[in-house]
Amino acid sequence: MPETMAASSNTGNNKRTIPISCQINGRAMTLEAYPMARLLDVLREQAGLTGTKEGCGEGECGACAVELDGALVNSCLVPALAAADTKIRTIEGLATGETLHAVQQALLKHGGTQCGICTPGMILAAVNLLDRSPQPSEAQIREGLSGNLCRCTGYTKIFEAVFAACRATQPNAGPHR
Amino acid sequence: MEAPRDLSSALQIMAQQPAAWKPFAGGTDLMVLLEAGRLPHRRFLSIWKLPELRGIEVTPRHVTLGALTTYTEIRRSEVLAQEFPLLCRAAAETGSVATQNRGTLGGNIANASPAADSPPALLVYDAELELVSASGWRRVPCHGFWTGYKQTGLQADELIHRIRLPRATNGWKHYYRKVGTRRAQAISKVCFAASARIDAGRIVQIRIALGSVAPTALRAVQTEKALQGEKLTPESLRAAQAVLAREIAPIDDMRSTARYRRRIAQNLLAELCERLST
Amino acid sequence: MAAIAPPRTSVPDPHLIGTSVPRKEGREKVTGRATYVDDLSFPEMLYGTTVRSTSPRGRIRNIHFRPNIPWNEFTIVTAKDIPGANTIALLIEDQPCLAAEFVNHPEEPVVLLAHPDKYFLEEARRAVRIEIDPFPAIFTIEDSLARKQIIWGQDNIFKSFLVEKGEVDAAWSAAAFIVEGEYETGAQEQLYIEPQGMIAKANPTNGVTAWGSLQCPYYVHKALVRLFGLPTEQIRVVQTETGGGFGGKEEYPSMLAGHAALLAWKSGKPVKMIYDRAEDMVATTKRHPSKTHHRTALTSDGKFLAMDIDFTVDGGAYATLSQVVLSRGTIHAAGPYHCPNVRVRSRAVATNMPPHGAFRGFGAPQSVFALERHLDRVAQVVGLTPEELRRRNFIHQGQTLAVHQVIREPVDLAHLLDRALDLSAYHAKRKRFQEENPHSHIKRGIGFAAFLHGAGFTGSGEEYLASEAALDLTPEGRVRVFAGSTEMGQGTNTVFAQIAAETLQLEIDRIQIMQPDTAMVPNSGPTVASRTTMIVGKLVESAARTVQKSLFDSGLLQPNYNQEAFAAACQQYIAKFGPLQSLCKYQHPTDLHWDDATYRGDAYGAYAWAIYVAEVSVDTRTAETRVEDFVAVQEVGKVINPVLAAGQIEGGVAQGIGFALYENVVWREGRMSNGQMTNYIMPTSMDIPPIRVLFEEIPYARGPAGAKGIGELPLDGTAPAIANAIAHATGVDVTRLPITPEVLLEMLETVHA
Repeated sequence: MPETMAASSNTGNNKRTIPISCQINGRAMTLEAYPMARLLDVLREQAGLTGTKEGCGEGECGACAVELDGALVNSCLVPALAAADTKIRTIEGLATGETLHAVQQALLKHGGTQCGICTPGMILAAVNLLDRSPQPSEAQIREGLSGNLCRCTGYTKIFEAVFAACRATQPNAGPHR
Repeated sequence: MEAPRDLSSALQIMAQQPAAWKPFAGGTDLMVLLEAGRLPHRRFLSIWKLPELRGIEVTPRHVTLGALTTYTEIRRSEVLAQEFPLLCRAAAETGSVATQNRGTLGGNIANASPAADSPPALLVYDAELELVSASGWRRVPCHGFWTGYKQTGLQADELIHRIRLPRATNGWKHYYRKVGTRRAQAISKVCFAASARIDAGRIVQIRIALGSVAPTALRAVQTEKALQGEKLTPESLRAAQAVLAREIAPIDDMRSTARYRRRIAQNLLAELCERLST
Repeated sequence: MAAIAPPRTSVPDPHLIGTSVPRKEGREKVTGRATYVDDLSFPEMLYGTTVRSTSPRGRIRNIHFRPNIPWNEFTIVTAKDIPGANTIALLIEDQPCLAAEFVNHPEEPVVLLAHPDKYFLEEARRAVRIEIDPFPAIFTIEDSLARKQIIWGQDNIFKSFLVEKGEVDAAWSAAAFIVEGEYETGAQEQLYIEPQGMIAKANPTNGVTAWGSLQCPYYVHKALVRLFGLPTEQIRVVQTETGGGFGGKEEYPSMLAGHAALLAWKSGKPVKMIYDRAEDMVATTKRHPSKTHHRTALTSDGKFLAMDIDFTVDGGAYATLSQVVLSRGTIHAAGPYHCPNVRVRSRAVATNMPPHGAFRGFGAPQSVFALERHLDRVAQVVGLTPEELRRRNFIHQGQTLAVHQVIREPVDLAHLLDRALDLSAYHAKRKRFQEENPHSHIKRGIGFAAFLHGAGFTGSGEEYLASEAALDLTPEGRVRVFAGSTEMGQGTNTVFAQIAAETLQLEIDRIQIMQPDTAMVPNSGPTVASRTTMIVGKLVESAARTVQKSLFDSGLLQPNYNQEAFAAACQQYIAKFGPLQSLCKYQHPTDLHWDDATYRGDAYGAYAWAIYVAEVSVDTRTAETRVEDFVAVQEVGKVINPVLAAGQIEGGVAQGIGFALYENVVWREGRMSNGQMTNYIMPTSMDIPPIRVLFEEIPYARGPAGAKGIGELPLDGTAPAIANAIAHATGVDVTRLPITPEVLLEMLETVHA
């Protein structure tokens, strides 16, 4: 990166990068970034984790969703500085080795992913929802995913997949619809 | 960007160069502007970690929220659900889960968008803002704080410290309806918040506030006067609707039209009265 | 026989067709490992950006570069730098790659910049000012037809068609009923969640390579050949994982690839150009706005005597694909009905807007909306239910469509209608809503649309495309499929793999679908027009049969083989005879005839037929419409993968709901002013009802395993079903899309006045 950066809007007046220490998918990392750079770019470029996607850059589509200290956030709206000393989980951190998370498996089985670009953010949103409410109603699923836009599926099979993932992780629970 | 550790350090920085620093909380509004190149500021003051701006305090006569209270925290607060449900409704209708985790009430107030979802609720509840600077602090009513389109009475060296809600509307009936462009993640076309105390079919006290129908969130005092003390009848409603139509100043924009907004505001007033009658 | 591996006890599943085999590249997608163009990077890569016209029409007087930017750090490209022809070759070469002297629409590209720092690049872009002497511009179909300004050709008309059957003019005097109506649809943005993007490398020695998000690698290839004036083998186009297309990445990627390549050519470095959402929305193609006029004559018992249809689409500033959109819209304009006398007069006109382009449905959503909305109104005038009117006029096998195509395949629309109305509880709901509506401010309604969608390119189009697909076998008995068809979520990779695996009696993970790379795959035609499974899938099937036959004929393989025997045979064959491969070329069926001059004949090899039913509730206090329930019944030939097929319908219905209710492009002087996802509204998970999908299957002999095409079908019938439901709920005479609350409010007040 050039040292003398004419201050463009996205970097503020800061001509220098700073070290940002955080934990990403369980791994301690220190990344050099402009303080006002988007966390999305820091993840994709500095950390090399390209699974998180940009769809709109305005916090509307949710393709860039990650977990920051357990909270779902749109990483295109989080400045790098805000990621310091936090625990971040991205799509790359969901599977355990080659074993997929229940939500990932369910999406595969039920056709909940088509073009795949909304999928990482959608999965994070679903995982986050299920961590908070293990037995969500249909209305809660719709609401929990309402910040993730999908243009391909019409959401139908995404809902089916999330229900299936619930049943897979809570097999003895009664009906909750 | 600077990230001071406590409030007084932050205020010191702001006092030294009042207009140069843009306070930055959750970033859900500011990052969008920054991306679009519409923020003239070069220096950002991160207030996200300031402990003095967090927390919900409950005292006998007030519930006081730190400016950094997020929408998620508002939604999870039992006392707010019990006594200030309109604020919880507003928080639930703002953006999405991801926005609610980072968006703050103070940020929403300072950003001063006329379409913001929380200000109508705050106006109905007669909320007060505690503003703080290096030279002291002051308390101002929300009503009148927004002075024009995206303008507030906040001085260049001030921060919003807390939002104080008087616990005065217990037992009142509450009504909140946001009409947006779609069911979720929508900017409002009309936002209608109201609280009223009814006795034997008569409106004893009523407070009405609207969003997206004027350059700022609007407390509809004329419409309130038209209904105050009245029985809930079709005639009193029609009269109040006429007052409301004149009191608001909706515009045509890329989301909706003045005509639509005016008509819907009147219809929601009717819906409010219908609810109050039951 | 030598043992290669321990004998397996399982036999590969011979029933892959009709099974919901998991998506081939699904694992990569759910783990975030799928590689989209913005995930790629090259050493020394620069970022590129476009400086665009702010005027809708005019002459470029000067280009100003603000002096505070160190321009020597930047690569700057204008029209003068184009080595070949300054055009994006598609059908007509009227669209420049970069505006040279004149601009004809807002956001027309004029200057390209590249720099290693993408933030600084954006600052530099804002420091370039294009000074334009404005000419008067036109923005509506009316002004274009009225020739307020001539902005294209002699008369602003890109193309016109005339379809005639019988004698329309003679029918009016015999009519018991004559019903007229005028219908309009607005522009719609494709809004794929992955914005357009390309990376290019280019230099005179090695030629040009472009990687990117695209639907048609050979369209891009053709455009780059023309732009650079290079031989075809020096241009290479590679499709990266594509995050949605819907037609929006049919033509436009040729422009973007051209831009990235020009910057790469001049700078000597790889150049990446990824549009941000705002630029993507305002500068790229959208669905053609339309206006349709219907005049319908009927007998006293409600049978069609004549249909006189006038259909116009707004093509924007350059021709691009407008003539083909017009063609499909024209052919679909009279619907799945039998009518003895039909005339369709249609035209695509020019306006000073960014060119409109392909979007799923491609002209049919526009003309089908008009027809199906019109027919509910016709039913009312004639005194029949919407259902009865359709039943009396549905086309039957052996009858002809407006373009004189004889329907040779079995079709039973009455049966589809029965099923759809039954599944949606249409009659009970219709009655119940009529009873309950007067007592509530929430009005409920239920309505339907009947329609068809032709799969494949129109008329002689498939013959002209002459598509090819290839397949080869490795010594290990693995299969590689080579096709220019692109996966963009619709399931092409999986369906091709199923077809090949079923034909060759192998497990599906033995099949590899090669990345569409023009250096490696043949031209299978564009991935559009609901053609990929039906036409190209058939080529894949044929190629598989051919190599299988080679193995049988060689004596190295016996029927009812298992995978080990197959692998052994492949190894032996290749050792003995060389490569085991097949290239299959499209053969146009000899019994399909189309006359381009008279616009008559067999327009499409196959049609899918459908009835969609929408249930809505309208809150009259806010004029908001909610779709409460949706039923989609269609006959589509053999369904190869039920989950993928249902996914296409569900996703298409969601886009149709957007087209009907939410997606409104707000134009200001020819420019989209609501170019953000905040202000251009597509449905969220809270806006979509339960969608029930039912497939009927009448196998189509010429399709692979009997399959027809379905990708675009759902866009045709969704919006008119919703419009008809709103009319039922409120009595409002809906005639245009989108039916926004603002529009509906005015109409509700008129109804109650």
